[in-house]
Amino acid sequence: MLTKLLSGDTPRSGLLTVLLLIVLVSLAFAPFLFPGTKSLETAAKICIFIVLVASYDLLLGYAGIVSFAHTMFFGIGAYGTALALSSSGPSYWSMIWGTAAGAGIAALFALAIGLFSLRVKAIFFAMVTLAVASAFAVLVSQMSWLTGGEDGLNYKIPRDLTPAFKLVKEKVFGVRINGKLLAYYLIFFASLILFLVMLRVVNSPFGRTLKAVRDNAFRAEAIGYRVVWYRTTATVLSAVMAALAGSLLAIWLRYTGPATTLSMEIMIDILLMVVIGGMGTLYGAVLGATLFILAQTYLQNLMGVAEEATSMVPLVSTLVAPERWLLWLGVLFILSVYFFPTGIVGRLRAGRA
Amino acid sequence: MSDTTIKPRIEKVPLSEQLTQKLPVFLVPILALAGLIAIGNPASWLTLTVAGLAMGMMIFIMASGLTVVFGLMDVINFGHGAFVAVGAFVGFSVLAWLAGWTASPSVMLNLTAVLIAILAAMLVTGLLGYAFERVIVMPVYGEHLKQILVTMGGLIVAQQMIHVVWGPDELHISRPEALQGAIVLGEAAIEKYRLVAVGIGLALFVGMRHILKNTKIGLLVRAGVENGEMVEALGYKIRRLFLIVFMTGSALAGLGGVMWGLYQETITAHMGSEIMVLVFIVVIIGGLGSVEGCFIGALLVGLLANYTAFLAPKVALVSTIALMVVVLMWRPQGLYPVVKAK
Repeated sequence: MLTKLLSGDTPRSGLLTVLLLIVLVSLAFAPFLFPGTKSLETAAKICIFIVLVASYDLLLGYAGIVSFAHTMFFGIGAYGTALALSSSGPSYWSMIWGTAAGAGIAALFALAIGLFSLRVKAIFFAMVTLAVASAFAVLVSQMSWLTGGEDGLNYKIPRDLTPAFKLVKEKVFGVRINGKLLAYYLIFFASLILFLVMLRVVNSPFGRTLKAVRDNAFRAEAIGYRVVWYRTTATVLSAVMAALAGSLLAIWLRYTGPATTLSMEIMIDILLMVVIGGMGTLYGAVLGATLFILAQTYLQNLMGVAEEATSMVPLVSTLVAPERWLLWLGVLFILSVYFFPTGIVGRLRAGRA
Repeated sequence: MSDTTIKPRIEKVPLSEQLTQKLPVFLVPILALAGLIAIGNPASWLTLTVAGLAMGMMIFIMASGLTVVFGLMDVINFGHGAFVAVGAFVGFSVLAWLAGWTASPSVMLNLTAVLIAILAAMLVTGLLGYAFERVIVMPVYGEHLKQILVTMGGLIVAQQMIHVVWGPDELHISRPEALQGAIVLGEAAIEKYRLVAVGIGLALFVGMRHILKNTKIGLLVRAGVENGEMVEALGYKIRRLFLIVFMTGSALAGLGGVMWGLYQETITAHMGSEIMVLVFIVVIIGGLGSVEGCFIGALLVGLLANYTAFLAPKVALVSTIALMVVVLMWRPQGLYPVVKAK
């Protein structure tokens, strides 16, 4: 049953299993284990980014395609839901059609980009997507009559999902059972399902063919697989998943703007999460996203302490200042591309064998 | 005996085919003409055209290094933008240090200060290029995926180091006295600095073409692009050639950074990644690895960006994307693809 749920792709490493279980249990009981607004925000963000990073891994790790347009699809999903909710009122129905519309548009965009430029070199595709994504970000910030420009959109979600809605009068284990909690569990279960679906995809014959195309496109073509078709399908699939993650973010934040969905910083974050977690293993996305977001939220405090401790040494204290945490992640990123191309998960699995 | 002696026949390339091959050359004048028709007013058209050419030349300076490095080494450097930013910051520091010279009314002192700033920026970015090639790029020759990832990592680290060295705030600097203001031609006002930028860009393009076509180094570079192993077998140290080309490309990015910074008069650590979008579009339009294509692509992008900024300000950056899409529909490999069987 469990193996079937994981599509036969078990963690295959004791330590990895333990880590994944810790993440799963922590996320599943986050509101009870870590009460407080900040930790609930962090937990929801981790759920959403696991889906987003896993969908990028589908592209980068399994199909070997480097795209810089992933935040564009993330943004399309978020704006789809946001526009539906702000234009036709806070109902479940507008949430659903907005999400579906966002995913559909993302799929069309991905199809167009894929058919257009996947025949050529990896480098070329990376550059084209970078250009297209930045143009899209500019377009969104310019069309303020539709998207609210740089300020973004604020909107209401169905009342059942807001803190104002009380499900139970008394606190349960010291936690108020309200709409916010419902919203968290909506995010959590949606993320879990999407993740399992992706696990299913990469372990299907389709996923295996993708790996074949990634490892040797020429040979895959020679034995009769239509390489461009496989690559385009992977692009579309990952775009739809990213759009759905974007919709989850839009529902959770009740705000959608260019900075939270479309910026280049998020794209770089995704890249870092995939590579550090482990390319070509969806579990890497889980660990990468969790570690990265925890670091983003809590490591900076630690670095602040380090900065104070080294305040006597001029250069060192600037280097360990909280704002510099990205510097160290960048170094870690380069080192992991060289020395652990398979990331944390690959390391853990290799350690067992 | 009939007169059916077999004569050698030289197939003449049909005119239409010759024309199709040369066609990209005419794109720039065609676009300029279209701009004139769309704008209507010759004076504003002239101002915009010079502005567009200047912008194009600056993008060309930044993009040429990138495209040559790609052509020779099959390496695309996503960290190229970092060199642009570092060059701009070094140049600005030097200019700030020489503030007495730039503020003085003497044209000679002004230009000397700018020249020193440019040389310093090129020196620093050239050395940075050396380090980048040795440390970051060398282990991943031939692996595109890793190249993209690793150079992207290099960009992140370099941007953060700029924050460490120069602080997180943006820097402002005014252009030296001699380069401020505009020349008025009839009703058209043309900024002096733009003319300088066009001059430097043109000189660089002519110089690069000359070096690539007529010198031994150029010959080796072109041969290296065709078949690196063979050049190596003939006894030339192609690795050293790679390194020199990479350093030159980085130094050119630094030059472009100083010029772009003086043009905008404001620089930030993120300017590199912002300008890289334009640079990539130019490199794609021109055809990866082609200097001529890069030059034409840069001029097209510069002109189109300025025309659309005047006619329809909201679509300026999107218009360059549209240009890219149109060019790729016409020539999927770019204007002048460097044919290579790799």
